[in-house]
Amino acid sequence: MVSTAETIQRIRRSRFNWVDMFLNALRIGAIVFIAVGLVGTIVKFVGGEGPSAEAWRDLVVGGLAQGAAYGLIALGYSMVYGVLGFINFAHGEVFMSGAMTSFFMASYFFDTGLWVSNFVLALILVIISATLTATIVAVLVERIAYRPLRDAPRLIPLITSIGVSFFLQYSAAFLFGISNKSVPQPPSWLLSKVDLFGLGWLRLEATKLLVIAIAVVSMIALYLFVERTRTGRSMRAVAEDKEIAALMGINVDRTIVTTFAVGGAMAGIAGSLWALLFRGVSFDTGFLPGIKAFTAAVLGGIGNLVGAMLGGVLLGLFEGVGPLLILDGWGIPGVSQLKDVVAFSALVLVLVFRPTGLLGERLSEDERG
Amino acid sequence: MKRKRMSTLVAGMLALALVAAACGGAEPPTAGPLGQVEIADGEAIQIRSFNAITGDVSFLGIPNQRGVELAIQDYGEILGHPISMGTGLDDLCSADGGQAGAQTIVSDPQIIGVIGTSCSGAAGAAMPLISDAGLVMISGSNTSPALTSDLAGTAASDYHPGYYRTAHNDLFQGKAVAQFAYNELGMRNAGVIHDGDLYTFGLSSAFQEAFEELGGEVSVFTAVNKGDTDMTAVLTEIAAGSPDMLFTPTFPPEINFIAQQIGGIAGMEDVTLIGADASLVDNFLEIPEAEGWHHSGPDTRFGANQNSLTGVSGDDFLSAYESTYGEAPSAPFWAHSYDATTMLLKAIEDSATDVDGTLYVDRQGVRDALNAISLDGIIGPITCDDFGDCGAQLITVIRNDSPSDVEAAKQNVVYEFAP
Repeated sequence: MVSTAETIQRIRRSRFNWVDMFLNALRIGAIVFIAVGLVGTIVKFVGGEGPSAEAWRDLVVGGLAQGAAYGLIALGYSMVYGVLGFINFAHGEVFMSGAMTSFFMASYFFDTGLWVSNFVLALILVIISATLTATIVAVLVERIAYRPLRDAPRLIPLITSIGVSFFLQYSAAFLFGISNKSVPQPPSWLLSKVDLFGLGWLRLEATKLLVIAIAVVSMIALYLFVERTRTGRSMRAVAEDKEIAALMGINVDRTIVTTFAVGGAMAGIAGSLWALLFRGVSFDTGFLPGIKAFTAAVLGGIGNLVGAMLGGVLLGLFEGVGPLLILDGWGIPGVSQLKDVVAFSALVLVLVFRPTGLLGERLSEDERG
Repeated sequence: MKRKRMSTLVAGMLALALVAAACGGAEPPTAGPLGQVEIADGEAIQIRSFNAITGDVSFLGIPNQRGVELAIQDYGEILGHPISMGTGLDDLCSADGGQAGAQTIVSDPQIIGVIGTSCSGAAGAAMPLISDAGLVMISGSNTSPALTSDLAGTAASDYHPGYYRTAHNDLFQGKAVAQFAYNELGMRNAGVIHDGDLYTFGLSSAFQEAFEELGGEVSVFTAVNKGDTDMTAVLTEIAAGSPDMLFTPTFPPEINFIAQQIGGIAGMEDVTLIGADASLVDNFLEIPEAEGWHHSGPDTRFGANQNSLTGVSGDDFLSAYESTYGEAPSAPFWAHSYDATTMLLKAIEDSATDVDGTLYVDRQGVRDALNAISLDGIIGPITCDDFGDCGAQLITVIRNDSPSDVEAAKQNVVYEFAP
């Protein structure tokens, strides 16, 4: 006779084996798919077909610039998740408010002539005002929409955040109209290519380099703020355990507001970089980058700051290079249309290989909520 | 059996009519295979406007509907009967909207014809119903080749008898762009970007076919998604084919991003850029990078062209439009809708029989009259081919030399096409 417990054990074991087998098959399939695509593209490249070496270089730089923006936005998702344990879906709209402010400020400076006469000063003012606006929007959203729900189950603020997202998006549509707004053209030195380190082959677009540089500086500043300052330490303490942090004399509410403010500021910087990079802003500008940045945060390991930055940069890179590097090798027509497919497949693949994300830690049942 | 009974019925009716005639009254005419509409003394002739008057595309549908209103006003009465378009119906620029509106239309037996739809997608869904009910529909702004024919005598997949249009067929626009690029600019290798939309895909394919027929090569035929912002990848894909021109009938904002980012792509610096009527709007034309772009589109220099039925010229229409509605039209297809309406009214007039003040309009008669129609419209000469393409098919290409003065850019015609 086989006991019931043993039967259950056996069924459980066999089911687990099936899942494992499926996952393994998926992993092997993915590796084979990518490898064949790569080989196809390399064969094409050696044969003189497909994008040139310069084109590949530009794709990589373009991907890095876009990824840097994703990374900055992803920080906000990751920080709020770390502290409050829910995904703030309105964060994409905080980013949009920064981009929108950049458009208005840039147009204003263009009209007054500062944009042309002293572009650097104008750009600094644009970034500062975008950062301020986004910070204010993020803090207001926390104060009005999330603080009253502090003790509610986590699903409630999550759904609220979706509502806030729609509210902000359509408020912008109502206030500024639904048409696409074109940010004025930056001066020609920024549109041209710079020969980096005088190497000759490293001629890169100045705009993209500037975007990457500003993003890197902001990320380092944020990292130092969280790791080296008292406020940063209290943020980490609140993320660890709210009650014990309160017992230690940390003002939890204020720390949470700081978290939103810092996340909002990063999104604001990302907004002005976006406006500089793509020079087009509309009320729904925040939607897709918001989703992508959330993807980046999960890809890097949600709750982990370096992970969010890394995830953003990698996602931008996958998205920029992936379609041509892997799908084109398979001879698929119109690969650029599959950019988003590549980005989200990258997420699935990373999670298949590393369920916690690249730098994420395995959370206990309790912490996952 | 049924046929026999029908002919007995007709014979009986004829006999009755003879009796009636003998008694001094005039007899109603015999109805054709699609039936006839009886309009009692003093009642209005019913037609409908069926355009995209709400939502994103209302910039197109509202001037269309107003074109119908003004045409009815200018045409006057038909044999003593006024003309009514009822309340303007909305095609919602979608297949759903097309079908729902068509249901409303066919449920009213007094309606003879429809001016619409604004969008090709709506027409595809509306026409089966409208055609079966024996009505006619004339569109002022559908351009999809799928609605009429391949221009070589074969009906397209969504063609239904009773469909007519005064807008151009995009096969002509594709051909116009191809001829301009190949013959005038000397282009031999083209890249093409569409966005998956029926209109952009249809026009891109038409261009590809015409360009290859001339001897050119389309090295890369690809697409972006609506909502994409980073065009680096798609432009790199295009650059890999080392083309000397790029044709993209996409809408703003995607085309704005293409124009702004193309300068940074290795190998795309000297490529000639051509867009279509989708980007012939201020939102695109005014950005600095739009300078030097070419745009194909319907010839909108209507100016002195007169509609031979009403005597109204393009300029007359525009001043009437501004004084009636307090603004200038937001899209150029008002002219096509105006001509379409006069065409329909003329066909009704030609096929109507007046019997003691009661008007009988034969539905097949209306179709026959439209097939045979020949008039000068605001858009140019109008005659219909066997599959309902009636437009003047005049296409122009403009070159944008002045993003700071959009109106001047729109007038800067560098190529004219007539089939």
